[in-house]
Amino acid sequence: MSHRVIVPIGPYHPLQEEPEFFQLYVEGERVVDIDIIIGYNHRGIEKLSESKHFDQIAFLVERICGICSSSHPYAYVLAVEDILGGEEKVVPERAIYIRTIVDELQRIHSHLLWLGLAGHFIGYNTVWMWAWKYREPVLDCFEMITGNRNNYGMLKIGGIRRDMKDEDISVLKKTLDELVPAVNMFKGAVMDDPVIKARLVGVGVLTKAQAIDYCVVGPTARASGINIDVRRDDPYGAYSNLDWNIIMEKDGDIFAKTVVRILEMYESIRIIRQCLDKLPRGAIDADVKDIPVGEGIGRVEAPRGECFHYIKSDGTNRPIRHKIRAPSFMNVASNKVGAVGGTISDATITLAAVDPCYCCTERVAVINKPDNKKIMNGWDLIKLSQEKTNKLRERFKDGRAQ
Amino acid sequence: MDMITKIKEGLGLRIVSWEERSPRRVYLTVNKEDIFEVSRFLFKELGLRFSTASGIDAPLAFEIIYHFSDDASGVVYSLRVVLSDKLHPQVDSLTPVFAAAEWVEREIWEMLGINFKNHPNLKRLLLAEDWPQGDYPLRQGR
Repeated sequence: MSHRVIVPIGPYHPLQEEPEFFQLYVEGERVVDIDIIIGYNHRGIEKLSESKHFDQIAFLVERICGICSSSHPYAYVLAVEDILGGEEKVVPERAIYIRTIVDELQRIHSHLLWLGLAGHFIGYNTVWMWAWKYREPVLDCFEMITGNRNNYGMLKIGGIRRDMKDEDISVLKKTLDELVPAVNMFKGAVMDDPVIKARLVGVGVLTKAQAIDYCVVGPTARASGINIDVRRDDPYGAYSNLDWNIIMEKDGDIFAKTVVRILEMYESIRIIRQCLDKLPRGAIDADVKDIPVGEGIGRVEAPRGECFHYIKSDGTNRPIRHKIRAPSFMNVASNKVGAVGGTISDATITLAAVDPCYCCTERVAVINKPDNKKIMNGWDLIKLSQEKTNKLRERFKDGRAQ
Repeated sequence: MDMITKIKEGLGLRIVSWEERSPRRVYLTVNKEDIFEVSRFLFKELGLRFSTASGIDAPLAFEIIYHFSDDASGVVYSLRVVLSDKLHPQVDSLTPVFAAAEWVEREIWEMLGINFKNHPNLKRLLLAEDWPQGDYPLRQGR
């Protein structure tokens, strides 16, 4: 009976847009074990960060992930501001509110993106098309506020880079007003649909005990009945001044994860509206010059959960250690228990239900060097520049060109 | 009894140093022989959540900082362990205590070359199979 077969999924995943490799060990239709093989996107960002100065790193970490591209720089600047005395002491109030607005808009667009993908994964392509359609106006708002649809470049140590215009506020409010009926529709289409319930209820269950053991974070943890949210627990931004709720479910199945994400969009809309009403006037940047010696930890509730950055500074303009832990690093590992015991047809959606983000989870690209091309690293370029300077020095030895 | 008192009473002399740098950031040092027992106490008995661990190649030693989060109060307890044997850094694995440590320790092992005793599955996580053995990308002076 126990005839075990390995079903490989990946590294070119048939559905997901990122490379990952799951080896499913199946007996008949049932998944009995799983090997998760990752690393295809590892770019060595922690090491790169040690060679950049503090201002550049905000841009570097923004490129860890395109979906939560404000969470990583936000967690990073919080870690540096932790060395400086804390966000609320360093950053002007207006900047804190705008940071919060960007953070929450990002949550809406990320949750809509996941909802669309989840619909696609279970063969419900209508939800996919709808979700991505309603995600577009949110991205347009990003373009209006930050200049970019993704990778916003808003965060800097001590503030933000770009102020919000007064006329943007009404456009943003109008977009949010129009988004509510769309979220209502998704709520109805997903939460009241017997077909979706039949497909998702009781599938890919992560029990509370397993969730604690794997230390999962974000919606994955909240769907398993763990009441955590960095926005409330270790407040940053303007969250402690605003009225909002944490969405919890207790079943730990994919349906619970979907419900958590859909209902969280309402809370994000509430948060942004309050921020827009309360948006104070004033400076947006504290113009921080030097980073003293010290260690700092920054945590942000990214759409996928707690995003954790640790910075160790020795008083120079570069960190000597920058540790990054993306939420998916904890969540993807929990697939080991989430997918095992289910059927192979449930595996695709189960493995996607934690809203995995591999470029976040991994952060060495291997370059296949063609034989006739020379690859120069930073040191080679410095040497080249020094040689050029010496040549010029030689040429202008007597104060004029030879 | 608040969490800080519980930790101080529970760990007692196992705490080598204790520093409250800000209201929600506590840094403590423990001996590497104690890390297994200390983590078990924090995780199993006090219910703290393991956030992650940062491995550092400091000039005179390797350091691992285990970050535990108390989500009820928002405090991050960062436990520092100093591994002074630069040639053969080694520490007890925490994976037998909680599953979340498995990937975190695999990453530190491949990036910094710190060995984790009793780790059930110590193999590469992020680096490619053909990455040279014994070459650790996050070590300084490479």
